[in-house]
Formats: sequence, C-alpha cells, structure tokens
Amino acid sequence: MISDEDGIIISYTRLLNNIKVMGGRVMKMMKKRLTFVTVLVLILSLVVGCSSTGGANNSDEIRVGLNYELTGETATYGQGLVEGIELAFEEINNNGGVLGKKIKMIKIDNQSKATEATNVSTRLATRENVVVMLGPATSGNTKAAIPPAMQNKIPLISASATADDVTVDSNGNVKEYVFKTCFNDSFQGVMMAQFAFNDLQLRNVAILADSTSDYAQGLSKAFQETIEELGGKVLAVEAYQAGDTDYKAVLTNLKGLNPEGLFVPGYYEDVGLIIRQARELGLNVPILGGDGYESPKLLEIAGASALNDIYYSSHYSSQDDSQEAVDFRESFKEKYGREPDAFNALGYDMAYLVADALERAGEADTEKLKEALEATDGFEGVTGVLSIDEKHNPVKSVTIIELKDGEPVFLKKLDPQ
Amino acid sequence: MEQVFQQMINGISLGGIYALMALGYTMVYGIINLINFAHGDIYMVGAYVGFALTTFFNIGFLPALLISMAATSLLGIIIEKIAYKPLRKSPRITALITAISISLLLQYTMMYFVGPQTRTFPEVLESKSLKFLNGNVILDVKNIYIIAITLILMIALQFIVRKTKMGKAMRASSYDLEAAELMGVNVNKVISFTFAMGSALAGAAGVLVGIYYNTINPLMGSLPGLKAFVAAVLGGIGAIPGAVLGGFSLGIIETIVSANGGSVFKDAVAFLILILVLLVRPNGLLGKTAKEKV
Repeated sequence: MISDEDGIIISYTRLLNNIKVMGGRVMKMMKKRLTFVTVLVLILSLVVGCSSTGGANNSDEIRVGLNYELTGETATYGQGLVEGIELAFEEINNNGGVLGKKIKMIKIDNQSKATEATNVSTRLATRENVVVMLGPATSGNTKAAIPPAMQNKIPLISASATADDVTVDSNGNVKEYVFKTCFNDSFQGVMMAQFAFNDLQLRNVAILADSTSDYAQGLSKAFQETIEELGGKVLAVEAYQAGDTDYKAVLTNLKGLNPEGLFVPGYYEDVGLIIRQARELGLNVPILGGDGYESPKLLEIAGASALNDIYYSSHYSSQDDSQEAVDFRESFKEKYGREPDAFNALGYDMAYLVADALERAGEADTEKLKEALEATDGFEGVTGVLSIDEKHNPVKSVTIIELKDGEPVFLKKLDPQ
Repeated sequence: MEQVFQQMINGISLGGIYALMALGYTMVYGIINLINFAHGDIYMVGAYVGFALTTFFNIGFLPALLISMAATSLLGIIIEKIAYKPLRKSPRITALITAISISLLLQYTMMYFVGPQTRTFPEVLESKSLKFLNGNVILDVKNIYIIAITLILMIALQFIVRKTKMGKAMRASSYDLEAAELMGVNVNKVISFTFAMGSALAGAAGVLVGIYYNTINPLMGSLPGLKAFVAAVLGGIGAIPGAVLGGFSLGIIETIVSANGGSVFKDAVAFLILILVLLVRPNGLLGKTAKEKV
C-alpha cells in the first residue's frame, strides 16, 4: 500500500520537474505543489487512520479522556477538576464500576494552550478510543478542543467552560456532541449585576475587563446590560491584556471617576495583581467578579490585606450543608487532606454525571451516551440539582462568595429567574 | 491634577525598570556592537534568584538584591565567554542569532527546572505608603525603593565609567576596540566586565519587578527585554545617559497611553516609537550629542 503511494509521489515529482524545466511558469507550479501537498496530507491521514483503528478496544474497561490544564497559567483549574474527577471515578470503580466495567482515565496535559488542547483532543478522539472527553477547564481551550470531538462524533463535556458559545455556534445551532455542567458567562454577569444593584446598592460602577478572553468579555457585556436595565450607571469600560503586570495607570484613571464599585471579570493571576494595585492606590471600593477568582493563588498574589470587600459568583461553597456536599467533603478530605474547592466539586459532579448517563445509555457507545446526556433531568450533585436544557447548558443556581481578609465566606445562593 | 501626579509616579516607577535594563543593552552595544537579546532573560534569572533567596532562605531585601546581582553578572560573563566570544570576528548577524538562541535557551531551561507556573514573591518590604494632596496621591514604599535603587545604580555606573581605570578602558574600547588592544588594554577583560555590569543591572531590575508586581514566570523577560531595547534605541543606543532618559520616557509614555484608554495598545505604541525613532532620528535622543559611546 505504501509503495503505491510512493509511486504517486515519484511520478508527481517528475511531473513537477518537467514543468519546471519546460515552462518555468511559477503560478502553475504553485498550483501543482499544492496538489502535491494535498496528496501527501491524504497519505499521512491514511497512515494515521490505520494506526488508530489498530488500538484494540479493551472490552472490560470504559475509556474516558481527560484533556486538562495540568501546567501553565490556568493549571490550578485543570488540576482542581482532575482531582475531583479522579476521586469520583475511584469511588465508582470501587463500587463495581459502570455497566460492570471499570472506568479507565486517559489524562493528558494541554499546557493551558489552545493549540495543545486541539492536539490532545485529536489524540483522544483518534488514537485513544475514548467514549467521552472531559475538559478542558477554560472556555477558550474548550472551544479549541471541540472540532476534533465533533468530527469524530465523541461527546465532550466541560465542567467549567462558562462561555455562552461553547455549546452553541455563532448561528445559534447547538453543537451536537458538546455539553457543559456549569452555568454561562452571561448568566454570571447577570447575577452579579443584580447582586451589585440589589444587595450592595451600587449605582455607579466601572468595568475593567480582559480584552483577550471570551470569558471576561461575556461577563462584562452581560453585567453592563443588566445593571443599566436596572437603572445603574457604568462610568467606564476599560480593557487590559492578560499577562500585563502594570495596571496602575488604568486604575488611577478609574479612581479619578469615583466609582462605587468595580467589576473585574478575569482570571486569578491578573485579577490578583489588579486588586493588589487598586488597594495600593487607595481604590478601596467593592470589587466584583466571576468564578475566575476561585483559586488559592489569588490570595498569594493579592495578599490577605487587599482581599476585603471582594464578591464573586461561584459554582460551589464549602460551607454548603446539603447531604451530598457533606459526604463529598469528607471523602475528598480523606483522599487529599484538605477542603475541596469549586473546581474539585465540579469535576466530581461531572464524573458522576458521566457514570449516570452511561448507566442510562445501557452501553458504552458514543451515540447512546450523547442521547443519555441530553436527557439528563434532576441529576443531584454537590454543586446543586442539574438538568440539561435544549442548548446543552445546565439549569442550576449560582453561589455568591465574599472574601474577608482573603478567606472565602458563603454569602447566598441566587436562583435563575 | 492629583491624577497627573499619580500617573507620573506610576510612569517613573515603570520607567526605572526599563532604564536599568536599557543600560545593559547600551553598554554591550557600545563596546562590541552586539544587541544582546538574552538580556531580558538575564533579568528573569535575576528575579528567580531573588525569589529563591527571599522564599527559601529568608534573606532580607538588600542582601537578596546584591546576591542576585552577583549571580546574574556571573551568568553574563559565562554567556559571553561561551557564546559570544568565539563569534567576535564573525558577521554581526551570526552573533545576533546566537543571542536570540541564548534567550530561548535561558527561558526554556528555566521552565524545565521551575515549571511554567507563576510564582509569587513573599512580602519582603512592609507595605507602607505616603499620601499627598488629601490622600489622593499615593507613593508606595516600593515605588520609592525602585526609583531610589535605579538612581543609585545609575550614579554608581556613571562613577565607574568616568572615574575608574576600568571605566577608562571601557571608554577606550568603545571608541576603537583594536586600537585599545594595541595600546595595551586587556579587551577580553573589559568585555567581560561590561557583561558583568549590564547583567547585574538586569538582575537588580528582575528582583525589583518581582517585589513590585509580586509575580514572576520564566517568560517574564521577553517583552520587557524588547521594550528595554526600544528604550535604549530611543535614548540613543550606546549612550549611557540616553538609556536612562529612554527608559524613563518609555515608562511615562506607556502610562500616558494606558491612562487615556489605550492600555490594550500600549505595547504597540512602544514599538511604534522604535519605528519612528529609527526613521526620523536613528541616533536616538542623545546618540549624537554624546560623543562617547559606552
């Protein structure tokens, strides 16, 4: 088989050479080169295709792919989710597994990079024979991981990609094989705006959002729209770029506008620096944000004294006292020796949802699993009761957390209206 | 008005860092006409040495600063001996490509050893601040440290270059390397010394940034390194006072751009300045008037 294709390559090169010698017409050559490249790509994909079908499907295990940020700038999210997932699957396997089979995790690091997320997704879909892919943690990386999942018709679930357009494309069509178990960015933005207006009584606020992340843009837009609808005023919408270190110029500028509150949707590394520098500049107003604040690194970067009057929306609070939440906390503490955070809880819930859906599907088949996930209704997890709506998003409540000297305190639960 | 003062403080603190780094670029260029692109990564190494000293050995701020400067100057000498010295007679492009490789080598070697994640500096300076104009202008202790240390190091550098024998040898070498050698100047020693000084300043900048912004990572040197290069060109590459002026100007310009709603474009503006300077005044602000290039 290979030798045949080699023959094609040789004849093609000859053809190319002939054209070169005879005419030297550059444009034509470029075209031929392109076809040559296409043939090469085709051959390569054939070879890859062969090897992927070569990997035998072990019948007494169910293979689940984990595509997570184990290193890099959002590694805390990825690692947190993986801890939750590993705990859940360990429990499930110890209790006899799913459909009489053990769950086998294939865990690969995407280095917090979108390009790597695509590579890992492709590898899981084509070479590892997984029945479902979990992750990545952030919306940007999840979107990068989706195309291989869609092409290979393998369900992909993210427990923390909050962007609105993860499960829905730009035309509003649902991506058939993509699900998520956490609420949308816009939903967080709406809830935080209601909280700012009704609970904190803020009327004039400013927004400082990461211009490079879909997540921050989604929250920022929804927050602004909601608070303006309620009758509040947005004094300024400023932007920054993730990875900047100096925010003092823009914060000084915002301070001059005398806002009553600051909405800073973003991830903990940048937000930590922003909060610290805001407090250093004497900007002591409440600062609000989303679930991107959820990391012990925030405390490390900003310092405890700066972390007062900080409010963010979250998926889970360790002070929640429902039976599921208490049981989860105990088994988590036993395995890892510390209190779980929201990402641990989200990972844990997602893993149990996968097991639940597999049981309902009746066999470890990607198509049936997808249908079972779509039919999820009233699944009871530690982050709340969850149903999947027609857009493959969950319907669940949001938890508001306040930071007091860097310590997260459960404030209240807000239900969707 | 208060805002203008506050922004000036922000800009000068940022500019101090650029100035410290720009000095290293300018000194090395002045002597061997090499743009040392690994300079930003030496700054990164300095930050990590400072981080290790303050975190794991609980060493105070000033000793940590001095040890980091010593460590980075040693690193500078080693890099020069291994990578640049054998290429001294080669075309300049060869040395430039080597410098870029050294830069990447340092970044990813560091990443291999310490991992790509961000580290946070411990609180080595107590957080105190001075308030002016009804508390509307705040000067943090860390700002004062950055500005003071930058100025002290620049004065020390100026003293070494102007008043010492080694400084004289440096100035002679920058005029004409071969002539200096013929007159009995030990050129190898001068070049090593220049690298040591430049790298020490970069190391100091690294520690200061670590303390000021509290976060460091293995790729932290690439963008500030390029911006310090812009600062050196803006001031006139090869001229020591030019590097200082260029550094502070760039810091202030960036702050002004951010303050006027352009925080997303501030990096673009820095490089726009580079293009403009090269088109309009390639010798930089002080390049022509300063006759001596050291």
